[in-house]
Amino acid sequence: MADTVIEARGLTKVYGTHRAVDAIDFSIRRGEIFGLLGPNGAGKTTTILMMLGLTETSGGSVDVLGFDPVRQPLEVKRRVGYLPDAVGFYDHLTARENLRYTARLLAIPRRDAEKRIADAMESVQLADVLDRRVATFSRGMRQRLGIAEIVMKKAEVAILDEPTSGLDPHSTFELLEMIRGLKRAGVAVLLSSHLLDRVQSVCDRVALFNEGRIALMGTVVELANQVLGAGHPILVEATGADIAGTLRGIEGVQSVVPEGPQGAEGGAWRVVADRDVRATVAHRIVTTGGALTRLADLQPSLEEVYTRYFEEARRAA
Amino acid sequence: MGTSTTFVAHPPRRRFAPPQDEVLQLRGDMRREDSSVTRRQGSPFTGLGPVFMKELADHLSSVRMMVLTLFVLAFGAFPVASSLQTLRTVVDPNSFLFLRIFTLEPEQVGISFIAALNFIIPLMGIGLGFDSVNSEFNRRTLSRVLSQPIYRDALLLGKFLAGLATFAVALVALWLIVFGAGLLLLGVPPRGVEVARGLGFLVVAIAYGGVWLAIAMLFSVIFRSTATSALCALGLWLFFFLLWPQLASAIVSGVAPSEIRSLEEYAAVQDIAMALMRLSPGTLFSEAVLGLLSPETRTLGPMLPAQMRGAIMGAPLPFDQSLLLIWPQITGLIAGMIVVFAAAYVVFQREEVRA
Repeated sequence: MADTVIEARGLTKVYGTHRAVDAIDFSIRRGEIFGLLGPNGAGKTTTILMMLGLTETSGGSVDVLGFDPVRQPLEVKRRVGYLPDAVGFYDHLTARENLRYTARLLAIPRRDAEKRIADAMESVQLADVLDRRVATFSRGMRQRLGIAEIVMKKAEVAILDEPTSGLDPHSTFELLEMIRGLKRAGVAVLLSSHLLDRVQSVCDRVALFNEGRIALMGTVVELANQVLGAGHPILVEATGADIAGTLRGIEGVQSVVPEGPQGAEGGAWRVVADRDVRATVAHRIVTTGGALTRLADLQPSLEEVYTRYFEEARRAA
Repeated sequence: MGTSTTFVAHPPRRRFAPPQDEVLQLRGDMRREDSSVTRRQGSPFTGLGPVFMKELADHLSSVRMMVLTLFVLAFGAFPVASSLQTLRTVVDPNSFLFLRIFTLEPEQVGISFIAALNFIIPLMGIGLGFDSVNSEFNRRTLSRVLSQPIYRDALLLGKFLAGLATFAVALVALWLIVFGAGLLLLGVPPRGVEVARGLGFLVVAIAYGGVWLAIAMLFSVIFRSTATSALCALGLWLFFFLLWPQLASAIVSGVAPSEIRSLEEYAAVQDIAMALMRLSPGTLFSEAVLGLLSPETRTLGPMLPAQMRGAIMGAPLPFDQSLLLIWPQITGLIAGMIVVFAAAYVVFQREEVRA
């Protein structure tokens, strides 16, 4: 496919006897945000380093913008922006001097570089601290400076490793907005994270890593269907006689499971149906003399998918 | 299986089968292509210039550089001042007056300028190199810098060359100060051959500094902690200065025959002792400097009667003959610098980037 920017086939990394990344396949398209999710040590960072040619592959291949990171790392690195986990800058230099160093490494002509630096800093709202030493920057500002570096580089692909870890909610929100900005500029973004609800809000597609393998891959809704089962889940809280029986009697309902720590005593049920049955549920409970206290549509959340998947994986092991 | 029966059924088709040697040729081509698969593309020196310039600027503007310079001035000023004092008051029979500033051991100080340098240069090299790579790890800048279009080669070489250039700048400044002070206080200009020998000394001193810079950088690649790498480099420095002379003579007395009967045996023992001592870069430096700055030096080892024949004691050697005498020492220093740098390079290439 012409608009595929990264394609990995059977990508493998072995440290001694430990298979850190085990024959993974995935592809990333131009202009999409792709999330690599998984617990720490699942192989996310190793995969990223292999894509950049910063660590050697033990097997398989990866193609980045038509280049092989093993053989042509310079070509890859010229076109790909990388924001490492907890990015560091030279503290004794100003933001401008740090970016200028990067610009020189990229062989950007000097006059061009100054303008690009100013524009990039503007785009991450750091224009006013351009000439301040990085030592005074907060963590959120450093991450934004890292994004500015990618913007200045005019990268076609941005690889962000745990971009939001250690940030306060406001900084996280701002950073995610900037990541969306990259997408709007036509940049393919690959980001790794274990902060799921944040990732869910920006990612077009995600891959769930587990012990060096991609366990699941697709859109959040697809994953939810795969792990939580297809259907339309709703939450019902009601009191009255035999609520569960009433719910089960509704057409289209596939399962009724007590929700919450108290089980059936708690008066809350998770109902999965093949369509939206909220109206019928409300009607039935009221007509059978029950009192409906809550009726909610349950959006599949990545957190739930993630937790459920690893619970099942642990049970299977 | 199906194709091979077809072949048998139609014998004329065999003509199209490539001749055996052509098949081999083809395999050879494939193999050649296989080897090119693992070869990386692009110059290893891409980005060397920016790395060099940045590191140089960092060094020259750093507080550490000022401390090191002060250090050298403090250690160097005293011997130089005392030498100049002596040379002004006492008529020295030596015609190489300027070189005497470097080599004279003033009575008040008891240490010549070059002996002080022999001691201080390693410290400068270590000071410039002990945190060059691991500090990038600790500041978490390494992976970001390496994700720019450069190879690790350029980063390491750029850092090394910047350190060496910084060191050279400091040393040249020092050298000019000494010559200038000599000019002012002695009132005679240096002769051409003295300047030439002085420049030769500069080259040797820079190579000596390069060895210690490479050693410090090797430790900075091996150890993630800057304190550990500094400690190891300083430990090695102390080992060579304090322990190695004793250790070398202990080894020699262990190896040497209990009774030395002939001159040849004595010379052989001396050779072993010299060879051991020359493992220390400091020995190579002091020998090379001795040959350059004391033109009357005829040999660096024991002098056999045969070598004395026809020699006028105390007569200076021509510059080219002195150079010939210390050529192995100069080569040894430069080779040592390259070998240690190569070791650092190999370790750095294998290192994982992730923190």
